Amino acid sequence: MIEAFSELFFARYNYWMAIILMLIGLYALIAKQNLVKKIIGLNIFQTAIFLFYISVASVEGGTAPIYLPDGASAVYVNPLPHVLILTAIVVGVSITAVALSLVVRIYEEYGVIDEDELKEAVRGR
Amino acid sequence: MRENVVIRTVVRLAVPFIQIFALYVIVHGASGAGGGFQGGVVFASSFILMTIAFDLAYTRRRIGSRGTMICSALGIAIYEGVGILCILYAGNYLEYGVIEAALGIPHLHGYLIDLVEAGIGITVMAVMTSIIYDMANRGGRSA
Amino acid sequence: MTLIDHLPVLLVAGPIVASLLTLVAGWHDRRLCYPIALAAVLGEFAAALVIFRQVMGGGTVRYDVGGWAPPMGIELVIDTFGGFILATIMLLALMTTLYAFRSVTKEIPTEKTVSFYVIFQVLLAGLIGMTITGDVFNLYVFLEISSIAAYTLISATRKPHAYVASYNYLVLGSIAAGFILLGIGNLYVATGTLNMAELAAMLPGSYDLATVHAAFLFLIIGFSIKAAFFPLHLWLPDAYTESPSAVTVLIATVMAKVSVYALFRFLFSVFTLAYITEIYPVTGVVLLIATIAIVAGAILAIAQDDLKRLLAYSSVSQIGYIMFAVGVANQIALEGGLLHILGHAVMKGCLFMVAGLIIYQTGTARLSELGGIARKMPLSCAAFALAGASMIGIPPTIGFMSKYYLVLGAFEAGLWPYAAVLLVGSLLAAAYIWRFIEIAYFGGHHDEHHRTEIREGPASMLAPALGLSLLCLLLGIFVAVPLEAIGLAVAQLLGGA
Repeated sequence: MIEAFSELFFARYNYWMAIILMLIGLYALIAKQNLVKKIIGLNIFQTAIFLFYISVASVEGGTAPIYLPDGASAVYVNPLPHVLILTAIVVGVSITAVALSLVVRIYEEYGVIDEDELKEAVRGR
Repeated sequence: MRENVVIRTVVRLAVPFIQIFALYVIVHGASGAGGGFQGGVVFASSFILMTIAFDLAYTRRRIGSRGTMICSALGIAIYEGVGILCILYAGNYLEYGVIEAALGIPHLHGYLIDLVEAGIGITVMAVMTSIIYDMANRGGRSA
Repeated sequence: MTLIDHLPVLLVAGPIVASLLTLVAGWHDRRLCYPIALAAVLGEFAAALVIFRQVMGGGTVRYDVGGWAPPMGIELVIDTFGGFILATIMLLALMTTLYAFRSVTKEIPTEKTVSFYVIFQVLLAGLIGMTITGDVFNLYVFLEISSIAAYTLISATRKPHAYVASYNYLVLGSIAAGFILLGIGNLYVATGTLNMAELAAMLPGSYDLATVHAAFLFLIIGFSIKAAFFPLHLWLPDAYTESPSAVTVLIATVMAKVSVYALFRFLFSVFTLAYITEIYPVTGVVLLIATIAIVAGAILAIAQDDLKRLLAYSSVSQIGYIMFAVGVANQIALEGGLLHILGHAVMKGCLFMVAGLIIYQTGTARLSELGGIARKMPLSCAAFALAGASMIGIPPTIGFMSKYYLVLGAFEAGLWPYAAVLLVGSLLAAAYIWRFIEIAYFGGHHDEHHRTEIREGPASMLAPALGLSLLCLLLGIFVAVPLEAIGLAVAQLLGGA
């Protein structure tokens, strides 16, 4: 029983961490009224997914994935997920940039960043 | 006013080192942590630091709208140029091996990878800087 | 290797180079943007046709980027389904570019024209890349490229509400992209590869893993949000209504179809038919939700006052038809679904082009103010009437052909009540198409006095609309021509080739 509990929680703590962060990000995205806070929630959500990937890539006792000519049979960390996450981080940065510039324009047009007040302002126009 | 002097002096000292570090990160992408995107962002962060410490006009005098436009086009042009060069040497797109086999220069494969990373770094630097220019211009005094 | 062998990668690199040229040239002279864009799209359309002929003649076209063989390297794969979708989207992109010249000069502020054409090319690059890639992470990257370009293009107008619509689309689209990334991650954890063909070969050994089920669910939900499949369609009406007319035509036809293509790819090529019908039977649920989508979308469309919003809800209903084909999942229904992809792109493109023409000439799209517009703009309303007849499903248009195949497929699977819902959907479509036809042709005479200066739209906007509406009719009459490609495509999808 204790072994099952410890295996469920402590051996897989990286997955639990990723899931909890993802849910925090989704909660912020849905429940917060301020548009900028929603974008921060989106960033937390995306960061959680990146951490999930990267934690999968690590190998116990692994070294950096650079070919060592003399120690040819070393244990390497898998470099592919790192490359994928690099690309995904770029995507996340671009989305944040577009979202923030949209918020800037919304503020210039309507004068509010709060979601409820924005609905009123849009209906009022 | 005193704080301004401290901040401005420190920024003036730190920016060249940040930029050299950014170039280091770009060039060491193939054999360590780093690469085009990371180096480009660090390079752009030096311009962002200048925008924060001084005002926007000071940074714009160093790299303006025309500079960012040319740099962003130049970077992707280098990337596409290397890819199409590989096609011209009868290989697939971005197959560096055919150019190295044709020209016989040792380690050309690695140099081409670094060239492509440099192109990516230039574009990322230009785009990040132009994002800051557009956002910092809003809302009254552009300070 | 000749140039033809390198066409797949040039199809993706071409729009990017064109966008750079537009950026540099447009900075000097704004009027150079459009010729560069038009020349680029014409070249890409020709290349897409050449590749399609190559696929139909010689089988699947494969290209290894960087010379690295799969599964190490990224592979571009164009099979019959991919070639068919590529030809469809490039035809619509060409029509949209022809249409966009006048529409963009009126609706988009002058200082944004260069940025508009640059991002237009980037959107096309992303969509073409999504269609021809054979690697799931590459699909994600191109999906995000096209989505970010779409968020930007939707907000490139003078209407302030477009910013809110684009923001909502951005938030929902990014959640979808996050789910898709999670799904791809789970697939990688389960099999260790990212190549689609390799995944299809390696997944059957791991079908009992919860990882694979989780990946499947994440991918389905993510792509359903992107394709606006019923309960996840909430971003669609605002995004289609508030964007500029040319952008609406592009994203309603091309982008929606490529998202559906990606969903089909995952359902049938990566997770094969055996998985979605037996191991994790999701086709029943998809069928049920698709029928709800057909009916709900049509009912919501009937209730609208704004013409573009009506057509947007009609799009939600039509995506229900395509997912109906997935729900039935046999050869005939899938042929109907693919035919509907082609037909809906052409029909909806024509309808949105006419809506854009009406906005260009009259400045409004509210149905209550468009009484008697057919007297002033006869050709535009004739195009609308023909495309609308195709949307309802009147023979011999292509809308009738695709619905006929869907009903036949439902009969063959023994799903009689669902086939009845398809016919109900046609009736509801008749209701909302007839709303516009009645107002346009037989509408009120009371605003006659300030309508005197409205003429027919400019030729560069009218010709694509008329061309697409005639294509609805011609594709329906000569339906054997696309069906030859579609039959092969469906056989490959179902057979897991």
